Amino acid sequence: MENCMKTPIKHRHMKTSSHPLRNAWIHVILAAGSLCCLVPFVLVVIISFTEEKAILQNGYSFFPARWSLAAYRYLLADFSGIVRGYMITILVTLTGTLAHLIIGSMLAYTLSRRDYPYRGLLSFFVFFTMLFNGGLVPWYLVYSNFLHIKDSVFALIVPNLMLSGFNVMVMRTFFQNSIPPSLIESAYLDGAGEFQIYRKIVVPLSRPVLATVGFMVVLNYWNDWYNSLVFMTNDKTVSLQYLMTKVLLNIQALKAQQSQMTPDMLKALGNMPSESIRMAMAVVGAGPMLLIFPFFRKYLVSGLTIGAVKG
Amino acid sequence: MKKANSTTIMKKKWSLKTFRRYYALSLMAVPAVLYLLLNNYLPLLGLSIAFKKVNYVDGIWKSPWCGWDNFRFLFLTPDAYTITRNTICYNLVFILLGIPSAVFIAILLNELRGRFLPRLYQSSLIIPYLISFTVVGYIVYAFLSPDYGIANLFLEKVLGREAVNWYAEAAKWPPVLVFVNLWKNCGYSSVMYLAAIMGIDATYYEAAMLDGASRWQKIRYITLPSIQPVIIMLLLLNIGRIFYADFGLFYQTTMNSGLLHSTTNVIDTYVYRALLTTGDIGMSAAAGCYQSVIGFVLVLGANLLTRKYSSENALF
Repeated sequence: MENCMKTPIKHRHMKTSSHPLRNAWIHVILAAGSLCCLVPFVLVVIISFTEEKAILQNGYSFFPARWSLAAYRYLLADFSGIVRGYMITILVTLTGTLAHLIIGSMLAYTLSRRDYPYRGLLSFFVFFTMLFNGGLVPWYLVYSNFLHIKDSVFALIVPNLMLSGFNVMVMRTFFQNSIPPSLIESAYLDGAGEFQIYRKIVVPLSRPVLATVGFMVVLNYWNDWYNSLVFMTNDKTVSLQYLMTKVLLNIQALKAQQSQMTPDMLKALGNMPSESIRMAMAVVGAGPMLLIFPFFRKYLVSGLTIGAVKG
Repeated sequence: MKKANSTTIMKKKWSLKTFRRYYALSLMAVPAVLYLLLNNYLPLLGLSIAFKKVNYVDGIWKSPWCGWDNFRFLFLTPDAYTITRNTICYNLVFILLGIPSAVFIAILLNELRGRFLPRLYQSSLIIPYLISFTVVGYIVYAFLSPDYGIANLFLEKVLGREAVNWYAEAAKWPPVLVFVNLWKNCGYSSVMYLAAIMGIDATYYEAAMLDGASRWQKIRYITLPSIQPVIIMLLLLNIGRIFYADFGLFYQTTMNSGLLHSTTNVIDTYVYRALLTTGDIGMSAAAGCYQSVIGFVLVLGANLLTRKYSSENALF
């Protein structure tokens, strides 16, 4: 059976590849689309390496008159604000992702067990949160007036802890389809506790889906500026992306980050290459996610594939 | 034997024995349940704020009730119409352009053989999805900056036309936002359609080939009908979310420019600004409540339609 399934695919493959020009127009369209997605990033990188005077004279350009490293030198030299933003974002991303994976996967595992008697009830409880919500005002008040975590780093972690039911559904579907119930049952009969089964059997078998969900959560925490916008009244405990938002609106925000400035630094700020620094910040902020993406590409794709299959 | 066993458990769902047997498993869901109670269920009580005249002397919970006053004031302002129109119209355009282009990309990617190029195309198309709207704001600024942006340089030097002050002219923004949204999400959503296409049984194509079907015919009569359930599911999911806008798209891409509100203010940005910029809690809560309730009705409606026309794709 399997053999006669395989032959036609091969046949189709050979037939298509025997006409190399047949796919030319497809390549043209996809290459154009890909360029359209990549070129804006190239522009931002080029601007960040452009000399400030060249920008002031000719505007942004793909082919700058003069190149310069000044923007990065400024960023690296003494902007403690950016380092701080980086530290906060890294801390928040690591803690948040770990907590999300633990809490979310335990919930997903419970939901995945077909023999769990309260499964329907629990599913409804989770599912309802995806359908109806109280809106921004009550949600904001819960964190600011009830838990009082406004202006603290917790306000960047807790509100996104289980961002969407989608991740839970992806994990649940994976557990259901890939972990044989007989394995769990035999472990149970051998005297293993539920938590032990989860830790020793389920987690090790689920590395791919944990990587998928983990990447999506990392992406979400890294790119978060909304919680800083809503919950932060000071500029000390804000995420990197929010810091970037402020810099885009007003380059002076960078200076405000400097609590103690030496006369040298003040002088340096006077002729700060503000246009190229903006774009250098975009590079610094978006860079890490784009760098780790190739390693997670296959997990992202396979995770979405699980998501497309209703469990 | 096993089946009989599980049905007996189901029957005695509320017995102490069942509870004891699954006690440890239930415990594992407790952190998530507590979190959802706090983050999702507790705010539901706060929906009542929309019916209160909030003043800070009495505090939010002790403020007097005011019936439908907040809603009345909200719908007396021209804002109510603007934000509803913008939210729905943008979402409709996003759906009408987004789904066909994602399906189109998926079909094209599927036509290619080999490994390297299709992967390269797919990765490039996903990349815009990986960045925050802050960075999108920067990229758009690189093109639309009134003084240095590429768009104005092109208009002035190549076309010889007058420069546009992009962040002050509201009429220019609908196409910009539609394009940005498509640019950011299209590649990512095509992944799901591609997965559905790759799941199609290869024997259909084999049979079609023996019958001499052209490439277009195979797409028209095999690929599209086969992925129709996925298309319908995502279509209805999107229709259910038509009352919710992507806050980042409308806030960051426009650099929060007040001059653009007539075409870029949506319910989500209105609720945010009313709460945290102008401090009008009553209006903000009323608009939020309006969004939640209509949004809920739309999800239920979309699901009802799915259940009627393709019940296997219904969400619940």
